[in-house]
Amino acid sequence: MGGINYSEKIPNNVNLANDRTLQRALEHWQPKFIDWWKSMGPSDFQGAEAYLRTAVSVNADGWARYGAVKMPDYRWGIFLADPVAERRIGFGDLMGQPAWQQVPGEYRSTLRRLIVTQGDTEPASVEQQRLLGHSCPSLYDLRNLFQVNVEEGRHLWAMVYLLHAYFGRDGREEAEELLARHSGDADKPRILSTFNEPISDWLSFYCFTYFTDRDGKYQLKSLAESGFDPLSRTCRFMLTEEAHHMFVGETGIGRVVRRTLEVMKALGTDDPSAIRRAGAVDLPLLQKYLNFWCSSSLDLFGNEISSNAAANFANGLKGRPDESQYTDHVLREATLKLATPEGDQEAPMLNALNEVMRESYLKDCEIGLKRWNRVIERAGHGALALALPSAHFRRSIGSWVGHPVDPQGRMLPREQYDRRLHDWIPSEADRAFVRSLMQRVVEPGRMAGWVAPPDRGINNLPLEHEYVQLQ
Amino acid sequence: MISFDTRPESYHHWKLACDGPVAVLTLDVAEDKGLAPGYKLKLNSYDLGVDIELHDALNRIRFEHPEVKSVVLTSGKSRMFCSGANIYMLGLSTHGSKVNFCKFTNETRNGIEDSSRDSGLKFLAALNGTTAGGGYEMALACDEIAMVDDRSSTVSLPEVPLLGVLPGTGGLTRLVDKRKVRRDLADLFCTTAEGVRAERAKAWKLVDHVVKPQQFAEFVKHRALELAKQSDRPGGAGVKLSPLKRELVKVRIDAASRTAEITVHAPAKAPEAVEASADWYPLQLARELDEAILDLRHNHLEVGLWLLRTRGKAEEMLKVDALLERNASHWLVRETVGLLRRTLARLDVSSRSMFAILDRDSCFAGTLAELAFAADRSYMLDAEPGPSLTLTEASFGRYPMVNGATRLQARFCGERGPVQAARQVIGRALGALEARALGLATSTPDDIDFEEEVRIACEERASLSPDALTGMEASLRFTGCENMATRIFGRLSAWQNWIFIRPNAVGEQGALKAYGTGAKAKFNWERV
Repeated sequence: MGGINYSEKIPNNVNLANDRTLQRALEHWQPKFIDWWKSMGPSDFQGAEAYLRTAVSVNADGWARYGAVKMPDYRWGIFLADPVAERRIGFGDLMGQPAWQQVPGEYRSTLRRLIVTQGDTEPASVEQQRLLGHSCPSLYDLRNLFQVNVEEGRHLWAMVYLLHAYFGRDGREEAEELLARHSGDADKPRILSTFNEPISDWLSFYCFTYFTDRDGKYQLKSLAESGFDPLSRTCRFMLTEEAHHMFVGETGIGRVVRRTLEVMKALGTDDPSAIRRAGAVDLPLLQKYLNFWCSSSLDLFGNEISSNAAANFANGLKGRPDESQYTDHVLREATLKLATPEGDQEAPMLNALNEVMRESYLKDCEIGLKRWNRVIERAGHGALALALPSAHFRRSIGSWVGHPVDPQGRMLPREQYDRRLHDWIPSEADRAFVRSLMQRVVEPGRMAGWVAPPDRGINNLPLEHEYVQLQ
Repeated sequence: MISFDTRPESYHHWKLACDGPVAVLTLDVAEDKGLAPGYKLKLNSYDLGVDIELHDALNRIRFEHPEVKSVVLTSGKSRMFCSGANIYMLGLSTHGSKVNFCKFTNETRNGIEDSSRDSGLKFLAALNGTTAGGGYEMALACDEIAMVDDRSSTVSLPEVPLLGVLPGTGGLTRLVDKRKVRRDLADLFCTTAEGVRAERAKAWKLVDHVVKPQQFAEFVKHRALELAKQSDRPGGAGVKLSPLKRELVKVRIDAASRTAEITVHAPAKAPEAVEASADWYPLQLARELDEAILDLRHNHLEVGLWLLRTRGKAEEMLKVDALLERNASHWLVRETVGLLRRTLARLDVSSRSMFAILDRDSCFAGTLAELAFAADRSYMLDAEPGPSLTLTEASFGRYPMVNGATRLQARFCGERGPVQAARQVIGRALGALEARALGLATSTPDDIDFEEEVRIACEERASLSPDALTGMEASLRFTGCENMATRIFGRLSAWQNWIFIRPNAVGEQGALKAYGTGAKAKFNWERV
């Protein structure tokens, strides 16, 4: 990268052209990132031209520039949301003090861990999704997948920027480790186990972008509140991109619902086996996917009672999403009633913040459910309405681990739970069926038989546009 | 009441699996099975209950499994080896329980090294995930440390930056004394809360081997077998450690005078051979004495004075000693002597005053004479006929203190003359005056004065400041040379115990109290 035009190659608003520290770090890291993208990014599509959105500035006209581009040439940039003048820490024991523009030594290790843990999920999801392109249901979806992928890549850049700019040699090492760990690699797995599971079908991809990326949104929202200002500004800008990922999930699942209802209408039945024979996803099967992905995403919020959550909040490092909507920003005296298998339990609010976040996350998840169910009801199939599983269902972290709770939240006898588990989450046969639907469709404007077309194309282009030009 | 009597069938936290020459001890802590209410043992953290099981498991391997030559310490949790002592437990504990907890865990870790050195049991720590604080200190006690290199797991000693206390289970000391980690790197390591990953851990000598996850199990197996080759343990049938009978060591507590009498009985008839049985006198003695000391230490904190008494026939006790001497190379003798050595060493570091009472029917002969030398003073009745004190080779090297010196060497502060003089009288029943002349008895009242002298001495002792006595005794018991173990029990523990009472750690806003609440500790910044 020597002698390069930084602002051309790497769009940024962090004064990269004049920051030698950052240049040195990126000169070393950027080629490794490209190597990583080529070996771990979308498989076999390096030469394809995808119609992608690129952020070239944080202004209204700059954050979404569209154009066809080969992914390895994508201009991954570094952007911070505009500074808030005289910003102050908005919560915790240090509330009211000026926000930090540099890393306070005292919180170096915690901030580093927060950034590394967040950063690790970004490339992880690209790796998880790398084979999906081969079975895309349409060019429109393929383009959306790539858009999500390059933006996860940019989010990695955003976290790496923070590590490079603020954490010295340690930060540079961590940035390299973000490329060295790989999803599902038994020898060097990603940090969080959810991000080590491959996403092998598009129904899972829609669910992942709906549920798991929404966890990402909540994490980013809480980091956007951080007293460490560069982290806050970075995350605020990332949130504008994250919204698209959830759009892909919500409309994706919505299109599956619509297609299924069409098939049901045509067949005049709601018999799942008839629907499957017709090549569509029956709603009970979709419900199983929702149960699976919702419950596994809930784990990402961590333990109900957490000392880290308390410390991060009290020290002004990580707030609650939309902190300003609350009245109490210190929470020293507040408590929260937690449902545990042993009954309700009063916990200090500070320690229960993961649960607070989990609850508002679930509320956010309901929004899509309402939309889908409206369509289902209008089609006269209200009895098949979709629902979120109980937050106590199939948890692998926290106080509900290992308890036989069904998706309605009822505690069952262990034997009954084990026997019925695959009534609630996909069985191997269910997954095999879904895999059988995953036939690649790449004629412009055409959709696979299990998913309805979207309402509109990208950036006012028609649906028939060739969103990805394959070689 | 804290009980030290357990068995593998009732473990909550450890699994012991023996396969040929290798035993695998797997730590899989049951969160809800803490010894006291108020905390959960998350992330494979431990409390005294977890360590009591470890202590028991080690003894099972020593006695029940002579075929085991190497021991693997690992974890049953995914990507988490052990996160050390449970912080909430420490936050809720009284000062006394914290100190007792640390002492016991220290003794267990020392016991691991003792068995490696003297019993041919080699230890491999298999760190299959994140290893923090006391978890790493447990690993430090092993002969070798293998660490998984999954690009995420770290080893750390985060006590200073995170908790405002020390890695007090030998961590600081073993880092430099045993593993020779350069001092500045040790400083960096001990102040880096997040720890270091495998590659750097290896470079800094914090671990011996770093291995990829997929090769890890195979490597550990291979390395354990290699370590087993260094062992001379014989194999064959072991000795089942049946439940304790509590026949040979009797404890009587007088709460009013805060005094305990520990009476140790010689055998009615000495065994004639080494017997593979938990009832074999020396083994039964060692187990019962060990339990009695631990019980007094943990359950009777206010009982500050222990009177060490003995009963029985000296000639029977001397036969026991001769039997141990003749069969010194027998594996069971070696293990039993090891247990006696570690048990007597517990006396040396017990924060209690100890007086040995050599009264008319006492039997301080051979191994039991060591009780008199472990004591801070001895009172010997001068009468005719009266008690005698009989030395054997046992007092000249069989039961060294943790600093490697015999109790007689420590008694005479390293001066060779008096030790040699004592050696000249091996086997002879020494009366009070002769014992006193040789410096082997402190005070020798006659039968008119004896009881009253002892009474007054006890009452006086019991009236002194318990803290001052603890500090004084600990200083006087270990004369002369220092080594890693004494630095752990002395320098490290003393500083830790000081920190444990400082407001910066345990005050309302101290680091230990604040931990987990999100509040920042408020320090008094004065360096003292």
